[in-house]
Amino acid sequence: MLAFTPFASTLGGALIGASASLLLAFHGRIAGISGIFGGVILPKRGDTEWRVWFLAGLVVTGVAWRIFSAASFGAPVAQSLSLAVIAGLLVGVGTQLGNGCTSGHGVCGISRGSKRSITATTIFMGAAALTVFVVRHVLGAS
Amino acid sequence: MRRAIPFLAGVIFAAGLCISGMTDPMKVQNFLDFFGRWDPSLAFVMGGAIAIHLGVVIWAKRAEKPLISDRFVWPDLVDVDARLVVGAAIFGVGWGLSGYCPGPALVSIGAASRPLVAFLIAMAAGTIGVRWSVEADSEPRHFSPQGSRRNTQ
Repeated sequence: MLAFTPFASTLGGALIGASASLLLAFHGRIAGISGIFGGVILPKRGDTEWRVWFLAGLVVTGVAWRIFSAASFGAPVAQSLSLAVIAGLLVGVGTQLGNGCTSGHGVCGISRGSKRSITATTIFMGAAALTVFVVRHVLGAS
Repeated sequence: MRRAIPFLAGVIFAAGLCISGMTDPMKVQNFLDFFGRWDPSLAFVMGGAIAIHLGVVIWAKRAEKPLISDRFVWPDLVDVDARLVVGAAIFGVGWGLSGYCPGPALVSIGAASRPLVAFLIAMAAGTIGVRWSVEADSEPRHFSPQGSRRNTQ
């Protein structure tokens, strides 16, 4: 899975766009995973059911996919548990403070031309690229 | 429909992530590694997604309401503020370190590797921490016994 994969990635992206479109057209909702996830683990009355069904579809498909095509899932690169915990905390805190992640800002927000989403996407891509640069080329891991 | 559409959307979203390469953290890091083995594939994920979604967004902006719901729920916030900038930067560091953003991490749950489980628990803890502190700061009216907005969906 480490080769250049423009066709598979475009097809996968198109499916993500189709999913976001279904949710918006039928429910008027934005397919932002961090927001949907937050609304499930800390439910608000009357606004939880659709989130639970969406996450259920996501997780069930992931588990089934794993059975038939394990090669789609790479091993975690943050192998140490402490690094995984730090990264998880940063992703949880950052996406909630910034009101979105790769899907909510990067796909849905940019499609709307949202100034906030364009700014957020630029910043998190930049911060992520800088992090990978430091980890790989300054600290020299992997 | 109220259950089937979100479930189907979740299924399609997960399939998209698995096909696209987003569920391989090494590939994600390679995409972010502009000064090393840069693999531009994942730019095509965003491109493909936006290309499909854009038309529906244009329709939704003009439509009175969604097909089976009362209204479109757009984000309230419009201005760039410090919280957005800081949050996006923090998220970016976590994404770069692990190669996981929230969707791929949740979809990969079937792999159940120890680092991934640790990542997900920490992500949930971070999510809860921020939501609690934000609600304590800015939304005291939510404690009203009536439990307002019962039928927002």
